[in-house]
Amino acid sequence: MAMSVWLPVAILLSSFIPGVLIFFQPEERRRLRTWLNLLGALIKLLLVGMLIWGVFHEQVFESRWTMAPGLEFVLHADALSVLFVSLSTLLWLVTTIYAIGYLEQTPHRSRFFGFFSLCVTATVGLALAGNLFTFVVFYELLTLATYPLIAHKGSPEALRGARIYLRYTLFGGLLLMIGAVWLHTLTGGVEFVEGGILQYANLDQSTLRWIFLLLIVGLGVKAALVPLHGWLPQAMVAPAPVSALLHAVAVVKAGAFGIVRVIYDVYGVEFAAELGVLTLLGAVAAITIIYGSLKALSQDHLKKRLAYSTVSQVSYIVLGTAIVGPLATIGGLVHLVHQGVMKITLFFAAGNYAEALGIHRVSEMDGVGRRMPGTTLAFTIGALGMIGIPPVAGFISKWYLGLGAVEAGAAAWVLPVLIASSLLNAAYFLPILYRAWFKSQSAPWPADKTAGCVRELPDALLWPPLTTAAMALLIGLFAAAPYSPLEWAELIAGREYRQ
Amino acid sequence: MNNLLIWPVAVPLLSAVLTLLWPRRSTWIGVLGTTLSLLAVVLVSRQVVESGAIELALGGWSPGLGIALRADGLSVLMLLMSTLVSMAVAVYASVYISRSERRSEFWVLWLLLITALHALFLSGDLFNLYVTLELLGLSAVVLACLGGSRESLQAALNYLMLGLLGSMAFLIGVALIYAGYGTLDMAALAAAIESGPTAWVALSLMTGGLLIKSALFPLHFWLPPAHSNAPAPVSAVLSALVVKAALYLILRLWLALFDEVVTQTAALILGLLGGIAVLWGSWAALQAERLKLMAAYSTVAQVGYLFLFLPLLAALPEGTTRDVALGALVLLALTHGFAKSAFFLAAGVIMQRAGHDRIAELGGTARALPVTAFTLALAGVALIGLPPSGSFLAKWQLLSSVFITGQWIWLPVIAVGTLLAGAYTFRLLGYAFAPGEGVGPSLSVGREEIPAVLLALAATLVLGFWASAVWELVPISAYAGGEG
Repeated sequence: MAMSVWLPVAILLSSFIPGVLIFFQPEERRRLRTWLNLLGALIKLLLVGMLIWGVFHEQVFESRWTMAPGLEFVLHADALSVLFVSLSTLLWLVTTIYAIGYLEQTPHRSRFFGFFSLCVTATVGLALAGNLFTFVVFYELLTLATYPLIAHKGSPEALRGARIYLRYTLFGGLLLMIGAVWLHTLTGGVEFVEGGILQYANLDQSTLRWIFLLLIVGLGVKAALVPLHGWLPQAMVAPAPVSALLHAVAVVKAGAFGIVRVIYDVYGVEFAAELGVLTLLGAVAAITIIYGSLKALSQDHLKKRLAYSTVSQVSYIVLGTAIVGPLATIGGLVHLVHQGVMKITLFFAAGNYAEALGIHRVSEMDGVGRRMPGTTLAFTIGALGMIGIPPVAGFISKWYLGLGAVEAGAAAWVLPVLIASSLLNAAYFLPILYRAWFKSQSAPWPADKTAGCVRELPDALLWPPLTTAAMALLIGLFAAAPYSPLEWAELIAGREYRQ
Repeated sequence: MNNLLIWPVAVPLLSAVLTLLWPRRSTWIGVLGTTLSLLAVVLVSRQVVESGAIELALGGWSPGLGIALRADGLSVLMLLMSTLVSMAVAVYASVYISRSERRSEFWVLWLLLITALHALFLSGDLFNLYVTLELLGLSAVVLACLGGSRESLQAALNYLMLGLLGSMAFLIGVALIYAGYGTLDMAALAAAIESGPTAWVALSLMTGGLLIKSALFPLHFWLPPAHSNAPAPVSAVLSALVVKAALYLILRLWLALFDEVVTQTAALILGLLGGIAVLWGSWAALQAERLKLMAAYSTVAQVGYLFLFLPLLAALPEGTTRDVALGALVLLALTHGFAKSAFFLAAGVIMQRAGHDRIAELGGTARALPVTAFTLALAGVALIGLPPSGSFLAKWQLLSSVFITGQWIWLPVIAVGTLLAGAYTFRLLGYAFAPGEGVGPSLSVGREEIPAVLLALAATLVLGFWASAVWELVPISAYAGGEG
């Protein structure tokens, strides 16, 4: 009994405590800071391992704390939380190593790693939130923890990007809160329950539609649904490890995860379909998928191209959620993991290009494959996965989304979207790969910092993208293995559609 | 053990006398007196938590003739806030004011201010309330002058005049009540007062006077200059505590004494003024060029939020939902007390270090004064109403009451106010965290930075996670037929 109460709290504290301690470390204590970071990340990994095992065996993990009359702070682990918690924990470890290498010799590292840990704490809190109130708490905390990371460089562009981010997210958070309070007054409490709770509540349907709109717009800001995506391309001024985390696990995923929670565990997907709100959401997701890809096509700035690609790819999750049926659900959920692993690889690689050779633009990448083979290999795997080429993980997501659309009878509009988007993905990723591998260097590198070195980069920068690229490959190849993301998504879908 | 009630008033009063006798030791006596007052308040609070509201008739006179002291849930909460805030501010002031030649004057007035505040929160009859209100106003005015600059004198003079006008109105109201009902004891009045012309006029006069003192729009204009030109520790208590005292009285009058008289329309008017205050104060804070002026305008906005609750409370039926809303109102007031005092203290640190508080020139603050920058950020979080601060919970319940009563009009006010608060807070943080040389480098954490950050942590973490106590205490009432 005891463990079921303290485990969720311990998972939160394993990044929160190191984060707070790191704030107080002087800049020069690099070794201690690194230790705190890695120790926290490893402990969290261990604890999450215990959680996975427990949830798989249907154990209940829950901690409750009354914050105000009727408002309970609840941490609760179900299968869906575990999916997101594992993703965040694993990628946090990798990103921390990368960030330690990346930020070597730059100022304000204690501040950076402090907020970095808080950011992960907030993300994990979102994953473990057991009711809508707790979710809102962590959703706002995430905004607060990421703002200093985006503004980290302190340059005018960084401050501007952070300001725009804040404008969008505070607005989104406010709408989410209003929707949540409204729902709360109608139901007296909104716990996340597999299969949803509102279908039994007998409430006015049009009110529920309005609340749904408030919640989804609030969450859609972070999930970067068009037209609420404007902050994301601006936020790419952040240091590479932040962009990697932002695009793969922290912010955009928080929005997407929230949408999944609201539809499956608050409204219930069948009830939401009955209300007719999913059609609209599906349409918005489809538009976002196409629009993001189209915008990505015309970006020369590498990180901006990747950012628009995120806009597009995250909406696959939303699309999978908006289609009723277990297969589409599996496709959407598994993409939550797959997109994270692939996109973090791409951002690591982009950071490496900038760090080693000063490359920020696609047009500067001619022949970079020969100079930086390791990084470019990782980038290639990530990009192929995004396009959906087997056996990389992205293929699995698209396959299940397609099957789900056919199962739900929505093939007529979903399949064209999937095909068009894949073609567009290919159109903006393949030219990069072509330039990198097959063209020869046409101009001197913008800022060659590794000239004369034997290796292309220090280990801390090279191994993280290679590791995540290998993960993207392996979770695609062994998708049917036990405890793979796909298996886990099937487990969740099974529990959501159990009734 | 009801004699306990005398100590929160007697301790600071005696210390004030001692300070007059030994001006050289004023700092010591001041800090010690504040600490002992804290102790006294803690003892009283424990008593109230354990055995409900308590009462003491001084000198053995029966209520209605002598001085009656009463403590219930609401007064205990206000006392705890004021004593904790004043403790932290006293530690801060022991460093901040030690550089000033007017040290002993400061400490005498400081202790008198605490005496007045504590007596006000404990008074059980209207005349004593008037006396404490007057004492509070006067000591506050003189403290506000201590800055010594021309602007601060001018601002304090306006503050004095308006304060006197407010007390006058209050006093006439009290006189009318005495003429009409023959008693000033609040528990007796709560049962006696019925709707009628006397009650109406008295309530309007008393409320009007208190509105000036609580700086509700459009009677707020004296507040920004007075609060922003006073020395930092004084600004902190003025914004955090003195304004709240007037609000506390309004709550007592509206919810206990005149609950039969108050109409939905009257509550709605105050709510509307509160709404305008939220929008106007936040907007002015966003435009402010100086840190302390920004903080002062933010107080105008935060007072507005508190008044938004009145029409909601008037519309809610007596019972749990109403108690929840009332608890939220108190929690918001408490959170603001802690956050705003932290904010002003941090502003004082910056002002001493940089020699100015012009927001646009604060670049480099975060590097030179990390603890103070952190304090500003935490206090800002509480002012916006983001988690994990107490005001987040309060705002949640406020919105909840809006939905329950169907008074939709407040929804856009709260929404816009929150966004504006976000805008002015992050505008400041943007400047403070930007690189620059606005503030000279410091070698260590100053002793005066610690109380500020503790206050900010109280507003964000403590009141966020342990706020349930507020809702448990508020229903313990000494008036209107509660358990008392």
